[in-house]
Amino acid sequence: MSSLVSISDYTRDEIMEILDRAAEFEKNPNQRTLEGKVVATLFFEPSTRTRLSFETAANRLGARIIGFSDASTSSTSKGETLHDTIQMVSNYADVIVMRHYIEGAARYASEVSRVPIINAGDGANQHPSQTLLDLYSIRKTQGTLNDLTICMAGDLKFGRTVHSLIQAMYYFNPTFRFIAPKELRMPDEYKLFCHRHGIRYEECTELDAHFDDADILYMTRIQKERFLDLDEYERVKDVYSLHLRMLDHSKDTLRILHPLPRVNEIAQDVDQSPKAYYFQQAQNGLYVRQAIISKALGL
Amino acid sequence: MSEKKLQVAALCNGTVIDHLPANRLFKAVRLLGLEDYDGQLTIGNNLESAAMQRKGIIKISDRFLSEEESNKLALIAPLARVNIIRNYEVAEKRELTLPSDISDIVRCPNPKCITNHQPVSTRFHVTDEDGTVMLRCHYCEKQTRREDAELK
Repeated sequence: MSSLVSISDYTRDEIMEILDRAAEFEKNPNQRTLEGKVVATLFFEPSTRTRLSFETAANRLGARIIGFSDASTSSTSKGETLHDTIQMVSNYADVIVMRHYIEGAARYASEVSRVPIINAGDGANQHPSQTLLDLYSIRKTQGTLNDLTICMAGDLKFGRTVHSLIQAMYYFNPTFRFIAPKELRMPDEYKLFCHRHGIRYEECTELDAHFDDADILYMTRIQKERFLDLDEYERVKDVYSLHLRMLDHSKDTLRILHPLPRVNEIAQDVDQSPKAYYFQQAQNGLYVRQAIISKALGL
Repeated sequence: MSEKKLQVAALCNGTVIDHLPANRLFKAVRLLGLEDYDGQLTIGNNLESAAMQRKGIIKISDRFLSEEESNKLALIAPLARVNIIRNYEVAEKRELTLPSDISDIVRCPNPKCITNHQPVSTRFHVTDEDGTVMLRCHYCEKQTRREDAELK
């Protein structure tokens, strides 16, 4: 059964297959290939952006949607186990897109479900469709995934998307630069991963003038609530904020990505630069999710 | 004055687990489900040892641990020795190898893991990374070092 729970569920070939299909969908997003299919979106934790993206993806291919957007309105609030909820929805839908606040929920669901599960985010663990749309955006803007220099900035400790991207990029010989305050630096687990797979990386604490050689600058939001020491937060919050003038010496081919929503880590003046790609990145999510849903349904 | 010594009787048939670290003995007893074993069981702890300062030992009469059971021990006492005894003789000296998967016996320390919220048995994938044994939760994917693993 072709569930997608973790990015590591896909082989390198399967990743490329998704990216190629997404490119086809980008040319032609409105089709009837999923007519007669029912897609269930079970969002035990609200996430309007991701849910709308998946629902649009299914709608534009002719599928119908059922589901809920908040656990408090579902049978979960009556104490029903996840197992039973999934069993019940397996009766109705051909594929389940699931977002849950508990880590491992999607993996468990994929083991008890009679239909494929697509993980739309399980706590701080995985969000594979985000990783795939990040890969799609990188390939589209750089023409390749191979041999790129990728800078990741902001909250690298709790950033689910950057952890996942590192793991997905390992097939493609990247060079990483991790730019973060001391409190939020990249955890050892991922540096070890790089070390073990021969992936070059370096770390620094300054953003300005430290990404001039980068092909991709992946920005993430620094959240105040992650800091034990609020003075430290006040000190660093603007250091990792990107402004237009910082792009002066960057490569013409640099593209700036952000999983969104952005707050103040990318200044509004950056939006006018052709290097700003974060909104197109979100748009790409639609086509990637069309490819993921189609693959899960074997279509 | 006569010297009284604890005589640990030789085992006719069964399993001897030797060279358990003293602080792991009772964990091993629990791990192997021996608390409910109704055959003869001899347990010794803090015994003098040439190889290690203090050791624990378990002798189980009339039960032969399977390879799978012995390998569970590798999780908490990788240097323990398991000998299968038949007819008072050591029929098999077993080296412990870490299983690649461990089900149910270890708790996931992540409070946000599904195994701590729903009736789901734990499962861990075991890897040896440059000498450090890591357990990765099958569900939440968080890693724990072998030394930090908590038994259920």
